[in-house]
Amino acid sequence: MSKANLMRDHTWRSCPALALLAFAVVLMSAVPTFASEDAWADLKPDLFDERPIKDGSQWLTIEAPYRAHDAALVPIKITALKPQSVDNYIKSITLVIDKNPAPVAAVFHLAQESGLASISTRVRVNAYSDIRAIAETDDGTLYMVSRFVKASGGCSAPAQKDFDESVASMGRMKLRHYTPRPVADTASSSVHEAQLMIRHPNTSGLQMDQVTGYFIPAHFVDEITIRQDGKTLLHIEGAISLSEDPTVRFHFVPQGEGELSAHVEDTDGNVFEAAWPIEPDAAMN
Amino acid sequence: MRVLQNNRRKYAQSSSRTNRITALTAIAMLCLFPMSAQSDPHCITGAETETTLEEVAPGVFVRAGVHAIMSAENLGAIANTGFIVGSRGIAVIDTGGSACDGMQLRNAIKATSPLPILYVINTHMHPDHVFGNAAFEADNPTYVGHENLARALAARGSHYLTSNREIMGDAALEGTKIIPPGLTVEGRMEIDLGGRVLEIVAHPTGHTDNDLTVYDQRTRTLWTGDLVFLEHLPVIDGTLMGWIAVLKSLKTIPALRAIPGHGPASIPWPGGVADQERYLSVLVEDLRRMIAAGASMNDAISRAAGSERENWQLFDEFNPRNASVGFAELEWE
Repeated sequence: MSKANLMRDHTWRSCPALALLAFAVVLMSAVPTFASEDAWADLKPDLFDERPIKDGSQWLTIEAPYRAHDAALVPIKITALKPQSVDNYIKSITLVIDKNPAPVAAVFHLAQESGLASISTRVRVNAYSDIRAIAETDDGTLYMVSRFVKASGGCSAPAQKDFDESVASMGRMKLRHYTPRPVADTASSSVHEAQLMIRHPNTSGLQMDQVTGYFIPAHFVDEITIRQDGKTLLHIEGAISLSEDPTVRFHFVPQGEGELSAHVEDTDGNVFEAAWPIEPDAAMN
Repeated sequence: MRVLQNNRRKYAQSSSRTNRITALTAIAMLCLFPMSAQSDPHCITGAETETTLEEVAPGVFVRAGVHAIMSAENLGAIANTGFIVGSRGIAVIDTGGSACDGMQLRNAIKATSPLPILYVINTHMHPDHVFGNAAFEADNPTYVGHENLARALAARGSHYLTSNREIMGDAALEGTKIIPPGLTVEGRMEIDLGGRVLEIVAHPTGHTDNDLTVYDQRTRTLWTGDLVFLEHLPVIDGTLMGWIAVLKSLKTIPALRAIPGHGPASIPWPGGVADQERYLSVLVEDLRRMIAAGASMNDAISRAAGSERENWQLFDEFNPRNASVGFAELEWE
């Protein structure tokens, strides 16, 4: 089963609506008491068959607050410890939150040209859970790091602080370009960091409307593609575990003056696009 | 697909087991506590939970909340609640953090005046202000709220009940349910309690996106709801910049005193809002500086507004959350 199909299964698009409702109602009525080892043990074969997964601490680190202060907005920082070299680079990172109803939060598909596979984003955490980053290198080897986060209710608690504004500005994007960071092994080129921000309610489908008794339908960003001068740098498959207003910090190697573009799709079939010029010597904007 | 089916089976098993345990625990607790003739028979009454009313102006009564997280011991009585008495009836303003808390307020009202309870006004959606609504059902009042309140309660109500049951236990929340407003306010509305006009204003997004204030014209007393906090750290569940703007507009109201959502029963106006204005502006300055320097959200959560720690109760419980909400908002500037 390809990774892309797995993402579909772990989101709600391919599930019959009634099964989704039954599942979510059972989930919401239960006090979470799942054994922590079971969740990953069940999940792993569906994501990676019987492939061995090595300890990833030489390749990457994952940071998250031990006790999250807002379960719907938990910052996750994945730092790659080696640059993306032509001979050996990370081609994907799968971010898993074991106890979430949709445990695969995102899959980040990275190009070698990205320079550095480090990624930061924000997620919803529904119960005290391990959060894992599984990196796959270009030779097909899997490496994993993980961290435990204490948070609960992130998927069912609506995060919109201003509902009307959230709906009105849906699809608006912003790109922030950070100062260049030279990476030691590739002294000839400098790796830049940027942050893409997208306004979107990213509704999980697990919040109940008490007036109607129905669940507020899921409506979330499921595809983000970031290109540099038309070439894909980063393709993200997303789901309900990404926070409202999905945001990602990523890296790229500027090739003179050029353009970064973003193509975003959501589960309602909306498509949002934007582009920004790259100034090679840009400081913080 | 297989993963979802496996998860569904596992969750169903654990849910029936925990539901049985929860039910047995609730029954056991009910048998242990004495019944009171006047209040809901399941409420736990005791010294910690007695209602102390303060008449801050003629006919204006406030029950000040404790500065704490909602718990079984405090029955969720952490917010300021109260009522106003006119010649034909009474308006309740916020009902507390549980049906029991609401019932204790109702008992205090009945001991103060025989007049009917005509209105129950919720200043906003948070559990410590709305969970007592069910205690007033017998009075058949008009429940009043911001035009966005019904939608907000629809989206969050079941989550509030579930998560607070986990913290407070089922016994403390016995009888608690979400009652949305029947009368909603858009802009400005007046209600008359009998020679006593209350001005109710629905504000743009501040503390939440459904904030109301109530102004008693007779005594020039302004009930601010959680648009104003003293002592207890302000908690952002709307937008940081929106809240700062609403505060500016509130300060122009010619009130003689205000009743904050958390803090003393009565504060001078507009001077009483100075601490909160300072905290919010320090938070904004720190976050803007960190964002401009490229800091991550994690850095901001641990450092923003650190200079304010000694000035507030529950600072470490709520400042990191305020910082993360504020960071995500100010990033867009």
